[in-house]
Amino acid sequence: MSTTPVSLPSAEEEIWRYSRIAELDLGAYSTGSLRTETIGADALRVTDAITGIALTTDVDVFARLNSEHVASHPQDVVCLHIPSGKVFETPIEVVHTVHESGLIAFPRLVIDAGQDSEATVIERFISADGITSVVCPVLEVRAAQSARITYVAINQLGLNTWKIAHQQSVGYRDSNTRLFTVALGGDYARVRTEARLVEQGASTQQVALYFAGGSQMHDFRTLQVHAAPKTSSDLLFKGAVRDVARSVYTGLIHIKENARGSQAYQTNRNLTLSEGAWAESVPNLEIETNDVKCSHASTVGPIDEDQRFYLESRGVPPSVAERLVVMGFFNEVIDRLPSFTGVDALRAEVARKLLAEHIEIGHS
Amino acid sequence: MSTLEIKNLRAIVGGKEILNGVNITVNSGEVHAVMGPNGAGKSTLAAVIMGKSGYEVTEGTVTLDGVDMLALPTWERAVAGLHLVMQYPTEVPGVHVDEVLAEALSARGRSTKDLTARIATEAQRIGFDTGIVSRALNVDLSGGEKKRNETLQLAVLEPRIAILDELDSGLDIDALRACAMRVEAATTEQNLGVLVITHYVRLLEELKADKVHILVNGRIVTTGGPELADTLERDGYAAFA
Repeated sequence: MSTTPVSLPSAEEEIWRYSRIAELDLGAYSTGSLRTETIGADALRVTDAITGIALTTDVDVFARLNSEHVASHPQDVVCLHIPSGKVFETPIEVVHTVHESGLIAFPRLVIDAGQDSEATVIERFISADGITSVVCPVLEVRAAQSARITYVAINQLGLNTWKIAHQQSVGYRDSNTRLFTVALGGDYARVRTEARLVEQGASTQQVALYFAGGSQMHDFRTLQVHAAPKTSSDLLFKGAVRDVARSVYTGLIHIKENARGSQAYQTNRNLTLSEGAWAESVPNLEIETNDVKCSHASTVGPIDEDQRFYLESRGVPPSVAERLVVMGFFNEVIDRLPSFTGVDALRAEVARKLLAEHIEIGHS
Repeated sequence: MSTLEIKNLRAIVGGKEILNGVNITVNSGEVHAVMGPNGAGKSTLAAVIMGKSGYEVTEGTVTLDGVDMLALPTWERAVAGLHLVMQYPTEVPGVHVDEVLAEALSARGRSTKDLTARIATEAQRIGFDTGIVSRALNVDLSGGEKKRNETLQLAVLEPRIAILDELDSGLDIDALRACAMRVEAATTEQNLGVLVITHYVRLLEELKADKVHILVNGRIVTTGGPELADTLERDGYAAFA
């Protein structure tokens, strides 16, 4: 790619532990742009590519490369400005298609929500199975006082495309920011998502559904940062792995000293549907003040035998019982998604992936 | 006319023999009560009949109309006509009762066309909120709601023989009466045969037993008519130990 040498992190670093970063050879890709389409954003899209409204420091090498890239390629930034007091009921869609192999792309989506505004933005990442490329997107969300922003990332990438994403939100007084991720695609797909609550009364929900099959790997690093009093965060990540797929969840709740009266919850649940599949879950708390309510829970395991027996004792065949339990497991997340036209299709896609006899192993 | 025949059934759990040679025959329309103290093997009997994992049958047979149930996986036993009402119905998050009944009926080759109406009728019969269909199976339900839910499924699936494992545990008297009366009605309306496993006599006030079997230490020690339950009520299990 670029002429400046880039040194990649190693899996020795805690934040990259279990990742497949060692497999990445940046020299094999040349920097380019995705085909990006926005739907319903005409009134909101601003041509001045304002960046850095939430991402104030580049958290890792990929965020830095993204920042460097968009500084010289402002056309790769989609910047949405939600005017103060405006409510947009129809979701805005941003669709990125990776159309060729050998590409590394750095798209950025910036959502700048004015006071007391409300909007839902859906960002889709699509590629065909044969496309061997890397996407390194960055999301920035700034929610001003009382703004209500919902963001949904949908990874429908093909089995040979990599994704290394960073989501950064910052919430001001009494704002609510919801960050959803649905990951079904990709070869190695990593999302680092960080929600910062910087003024009193701000709240955030981070929710993800991920389902990896074949040799896919989904990798999540989450941060809930409370830097003001009476802030609240709730995280629910639910995933499944089958075949020889893998998933990693590591999450941190960080409550700073001035964040008294805050509450923070973190739940990560994983189903391992095949003997060869593997999931890791590492929740963490870092609390610097006493006056807080906090909890975290994490599970990794196969389908519960009692649930299976219960359904089978009604005369439901084992494969159907498994489908019901897994869909039920994911319903808790799907039911929380904002209503948009794709929800039923999404449910169908999860069911299809579950029923597939065999998921092709990607070749990167 | 159907017959569930349990012959000389022996089973071990975790290396310990829990069932010691049980013999019971239940015909369509009959209600058989199996009563016994804690640890007698009552729940093991229900689990073994339905094929729950973790139980090993070492001797004996369980047949439904001559078909060897022990050779079938659990779901095929249910399709063949057995139904287990569980003592502690398992919570299955995100799965709704109508979905399960639709799949269960499909597996039996039966129509699901009027399932919604059927569920509504049955819910009403046992004083149950029809909104149950849109709630996750047994999640956040009270003891009484769980057993009403179990009874509703039994009524919709119309098995030939039902095994009720401690239907009376954890539910209030109204729910107990509603559930027991519904099962009793099924014995005449659908000619249902019932094996009702219970610790207490009160269930049998609504669900009239034709035969009462006393199970102690994994073996039926006495079999008699409904009057046996009254003896038990008066004298306790000590007399049968």
